[in-house]
Amino acid sequence: MAHHAPETDYNAHGAADHGKPNVKPILKALAWIVGITAFEFLLAFTMPSSTLRNSIFIILTIFKAFFIVAEFMHLRHETKGLIWTILVPMALLIWLLVALISEGSFVGESIFNAYK
Amino acid sequence: MAIPHAAMQTAATAEAPRTGTWDGGNEPFKASYGKLMMWFFLLSDAFTFAAFLTTYGMVRHRHLAYVGKAHDFFFSTAHWPIPEKVFNAFPGLHGIDIPLAFVALMTMILIVSSVTMVLAVEAGHRMDKDDVQKWLLWTILFGGMFLGCQAWEWTHFITGSEHGLKMADGSTVFGANLTVNEYGPVLFADLFFFITGFHGTHVFSGLCLLVWAFIATSNGTFHKRGHYEMVEKIGLYWHFVDLVWVFVFTFFYLI
Repeated sequence: MAHHAPETDYNAHGAADHGKPNVKPILKALAWIVGITAFEFLLAFTMPSSTLRNSIFIILTIFKAFFIVAEFMHLRHETKGLIWTILVPMALLIWLLVALISEGSFVGESIFNAYK
Repeated sequence: MAIPHAAMQTAATAEAPRTGTWDGGNEPFKASYGKLMMWFFLLSDAFTFAAFLTTYGMVRHRHLAYVGKAHDFFFSTAHWPIPEKVFNAFPGLHGIDIPLAFVALMTMILIVSSVTMVLAVEAGHRMDKDDVQKWLLWTILFGGMFLGCQAWEWTHFITGSEHGLKMADGSTVFGANLTVNEYGPVLFADLFFFITGFHGTHVFSGLCLLVWAFIATSNGTFHKRGHYEMVEKIGLYWHFVDLVWVFVFTFFYLI
């Protein structure tokens, strides 16, 4: 990996010295994601299934999503306008999810409990 | 033609360039066209996957849930299965109940591939061609491993168990396809195939892009261009695929 010399010919910026890789924030995000996933597994096998457990799973998933989007996809370092452009439409999806899941419950109710 | 002096001055004032953020001539988002369009594409793709997962939520709530203790669970088309009872196999460990272990391994492989992708992008910022090549290769390797795991998972899901499931008409069903399902309601299998299949297709497209980027990097295309932004854009797509998997994992396997 040490022979970088030939590339310097067509390097317009003359950056022959590649500098040190800055990997600390990347590894920190990785540690968070792996840690949260491990915790999710712990919960899956120690806590009985309930609405509370599902809510914890969803919140932890959003945390993981934050690390991927903010750090890996670099969105945290973009301009405010771009951040909002991406995040605001996603809020619509939360409504879609809530609306259709309750809709599903009503459909099931009308099928299984129609004559009760 | 003579223009009155006053009119000329008005015109000059009207045409004085405005220099505000949104007045043109600058980049309010400080991102290139390609990168911005990749973000917008990913936003639309997020809507597609959200539609899939919302459908899963709706269909699941439309079916009856299994009531009773988890260790008494039995497969039936009458109730929605508990995911950890369906996905409990591991390659090479036939007949042993290891719930969710294989999908945990797949998740880790994809997350690690996302990290090697960040490292490739980071190496691109330093114009370090060798490092970009190295990390792209690692990403391709992990991405390929993930696809291989998914192929195994699908094969296992389609083949089914040895005992199968006795149906109401006396026949026995083994495994699952789009019309019969050993593990529960038919729609459970359908959604499994569509959601993980659509995600797998994305991983496959990502792999093709990565292989192309690796060849272009090796040829020095990006180095001659003076920047590795193409690797960055493919990286955005690759992280998005990882992001989708995080949600699929929660909604399909955990909840």
